[in-house]
Amino acid sequence: MHIKEETVERHTLSVIVDNEAGILARIAGMFSSRGYNIQSLTVADVTEDETISRITIVTAGSPEVIDQIISQLDRLVNVHKVTDLTELGPHVERELALVKVKGTGDHRIEALRLAEVYRARVVDATISSFVFEVTGGSEKIDKFLELMREVGLIEVARTGVAAIARGQEPA
Amino acid sequence: MVAERSGADILIEALTDLGVEVVFGYPGGAVLPIYDAIFKQKKIRHILVRQEGGAAHAAEGYARSTGKPGVVLVTSGPGATNAVTGIADALLDSIPMVVITGQVPTGLIGTDAFQECDTIGITRHCTKHNYLVKDPAKLGDIVHEAFHIATSGRPGPVVIDLPKDVQVATAPYRKPATASLPHKGYRPQVKAEPTLIEAAVEMIAAAERPIFYTGGGVINSGPGASQVLRELARITGAPVTSTLMGLGAFPASSPQWLGMLGMHGTYEANLAMNEADLIVALGARFDDRVTGRLDAFSPKSKKIHIDIDRSSINKIVRADLGIVGDVGRAMEDMVKLWKVRQHQPQDLKPWHARIDQWRAKKCLAYPESKKEIMPQHAIKRLWEATHAKNPIITTEVGQHQMWAAQHFDFEGPNKWLTSGGLGTMGYGLPAAIGAQVGNPNALVIDIAGEASIMMNIQEMSTATQYRLPVKIFILNNEYMGMVRQWQDLTYGGRYSESYSAALPDFVKLAEAYGWTGIRIEGTQELDAGIEQMISTPGPVMVDCRVAKLANCFPMIPSGAAHTDMILQANEVSGEMDDEAKALV
Repeated sequence: MHIKEETVERHTLSVIVDNEAGILARIAGMFSSRGYNIQSLTVADVTEDETISRITIVTAGSPEVIDQIISQLDRLVNVHKVTDLTELGPHVERELALVKVKGTGDHRIEALRLAEVYRARVVDATISSFVFEVTGGSEKIDKFLELMREVGLIEVARTGVAAIARGQEPA
Repeated sequence: MVAERSGADILIEALTDLGVEVVFGYPGGAVLPIYDAIFKQKKIRHILVRQEGGAAHAAEGYARSTGKPGVVLVTSGPGATNAVTGIADALLDSIPMVVITGQVPTGLIGTDAFQECDTIGITRHCTKHNYLVKDPAKLGDIVHEAFHIATSGRPGPVVIDLPKDVQVATAPYRKPATASLPHKGYRPQVKAEPTLIEAAVEMIAAAERPIFYTGGGVINSGPGASQVLRELARITGAPVTSTLMGLGAFPASSPQWLGMLGMHGTYEANLAMNEADLIVALGARFDDRVTGRLDAFSPKSKKIHIDIDRSSINKIVRADLGIVGDVGRAMEDMVKLWKVRQHQPQDLKPWHARIDQWRAKKCLAYPESKKEIMPQHAIKRLWEATHAKNPIITTEVGQHQMWAAQHFDFEGPNKWLTSGGLGTMGYGLPAAIGAQVGNPNALVIDIAGEASIMMNIQEMSTATQYRLPVKIFILNNEYMGMVRQWQDLTYGGRYSESYSAALPDFVKLAEAYGWTGIRIEGTQELDAGIEQMISTPGPVMVDCRVAKLANCFPMIPSGAAHTDMILQANEVSGEMDDEAKALV
C-alpha cells in the first residue's frame, strides 16, 4: 500500500484577526493540525489603534480543501473575516527580498546589471559584495534569485506575500 | 466606584452571575486562592472528583443531561493535562463546557516552574477557544465571554488559564452586557437564510425517497428541537435515522424510526440512506463511522445539510444545499413554510414498503442462548425493567456501547450520554456522576464493559462521598470486546493484548467503596439481578457475566459501503488486505 497524493491549486487568503497574543499560533496550528499547507504567511497590525492584524496566507489544496480551510479559519473566535483573493479576482501580490551576493570582476558587474533589469536597489555594498532589495510577485523574485545564484548568491531573506484586492472597495 | 476584589473572588462572582450551580474539580497549589474563595461562599457547589479527567467527563455528563454548561476547576500542570482528554472529548461531541485551570504566577511562566505546563498551547486545538488571563480587571469579561462562546453556536469547551498571582491581585468587577464582550468577530449564524429554507422545503416536497439523518446538533439545539423534528417528520412522512450522538431526539417507538445508522447501525437505516433520493442532514456531520466508503455513500441522493458550523458543510460529503444556522430554528422555519404552502408529501408508500422489506431482515437479531447471557439480551432486559422510569443512560466505549445504542430505545433527548467522536473509554462512570448531580432524582445507569470501567474506576469514591445513587451495569466478557472483534475480523483471530487479565472481584470492589455489589452469572439470574440493582438505594455495581465471544452486528467493516453490511458472524472472513487495515 502507498500513500496517495492529491492535485492542488494555489490560493492567497487574506485573514483579518484580533491582534492578540497567540493568534499566530492559533492560525498556524490549525493548518498543521488539520494537515493543510502554508506556502507563505505574513502578519502585521493594520489599524491605527493596533487592535486588528491582517494575515496573508498563501496555501495550496484541492478546491474542497481550500473551501474547508476558509471555513476552519472563519470559525476561530478571533478571526473577523477571511477573503480568498484568488477566488475574488483581480488583486495585487507583492513580496520583498533582501539578497546578498558576493563576487569580484565580471560576476560583480553582471550582478549589478541584472539587479538593474529587475529594478532591485542596492541597500548595502562592500568591495566584494552587494545586498539588493527587490520587490515583486513571487515568480519575479524566484527568477531573480535563480540568476543571482549564477553570480555569487550568499544569503536570502524573503518577507512572504502581502496581497490586497484591486479597485476602491475593501475585500 | 466599584470596590476592588481579588481575581479569585471575581471568578466566583462571575460564575454566580452566570447561574453556575455546580463545579467539578480537584484542588492544587495553583488554584488555592480560588478554593479559598469557594470555601467562603454558599451558592456554588463543588464536587470533588478523584482525578481531573473524571471532573471533565462529569462536567460533560452534567451538560449533556441538563443542557447547561459544565464547569471544571483544576490546578496547573498535571491537573490541566489530566483534564485534556475530557476537553478533547467535549470538543468532538460539541459539549458546552468551561474549564478553569490554575497556572503558575505570571512571572514564572516559561521558566519550567513547579507544576507548570503550557496549558494554552496544549489545549489550543482541542478547545473551541482558550484564554490566558494576565489582568484581573479583564477576568470578569473573559469569564462571561467564555460561557457565551461555550454555549452559543456550535457548543464546545473553553479553557480559562488563570495564573496564581492574577487570582490574588485585585480589580473592580461589574457584570458585563453581552454586547460589550471582547471578541466582536464572534457572531455565530443562528437564523438560516429564508431562501435556502424555501429551497429545502421544495426539495422535501418533491422527494420520493426522502430520509432525515439527524445528529447531536438536534440535542444541542434544546428539547424544543426534538419536538419540532417530530412535527417535521409527521407532516413530511419521511423516515428518520440518527447518529450515535443524536439518539433520543426522535422517539424509537415511532413507526418512522429506522434506528441508528452507520458502522453498527441497522440494515434498514443504512439501506435507506443508500437508496434515498433525498438526504436531509440535521445537525449531523457525515462522520466516517456514518458514511462508510465515501465514493459509495448514498449515490442516488441529493443532500441538504443544515448545521450551525459552516465548516461541517462540504467537509466530507458535498451538499447540494448547505444551510448554516441553528437546526432547531431551521426546522421550525421549514415546518411553518410547509404548512403555509400547504405542501403534501409525494406518495411515500412504495418507499416505506421497501424499508419494511429491509426491516424484515431483523438485523438486530442475535443467536440466543439458554445458558450464557447474550449481552444484547441483557440490554433488552435492562430496557424492559427500567424504561418506564425514563432513565439516563451513559456508556463507556466499545461493544457494550454499540449494543446499548442498538437495543436500548430512547423516547426523548438528553437521556443518552456517550462518547461518540473521541470514543473515550472511562467516560461513562464520571459522566453518570455528573448526570446524577444535575438530575438528583433520575435513575442514572452506566452501561459499561469490564475493561472501560477500569479506566476511571477511582470515581466510585466520588459517588460514595456525595451519596449519588448511580448504577453501573457491567457487561463482563473478560475482553476488550471491540478490539477483539476487529482482531477476529481483520487479524485472523490473533488476540493481541485484548484479554482483560487480572480483573478485580467487582462485587468486593463495590463493597470496598461502600457500594452494593451484585453478580449475575446466568440467564436465570438476569431479571432478578436487574431488579435488585434498581430497588437498592445508593450506588450499585453489577457484574453481569455475558457470553465471552459474542460480537456486535450488524457491522459495516471500515472502508466498506453501506450495502456491504455484515449481518452475522458467519459472514466474516478472517483477514483483510492492507488498504482495509490502514483504515480506522
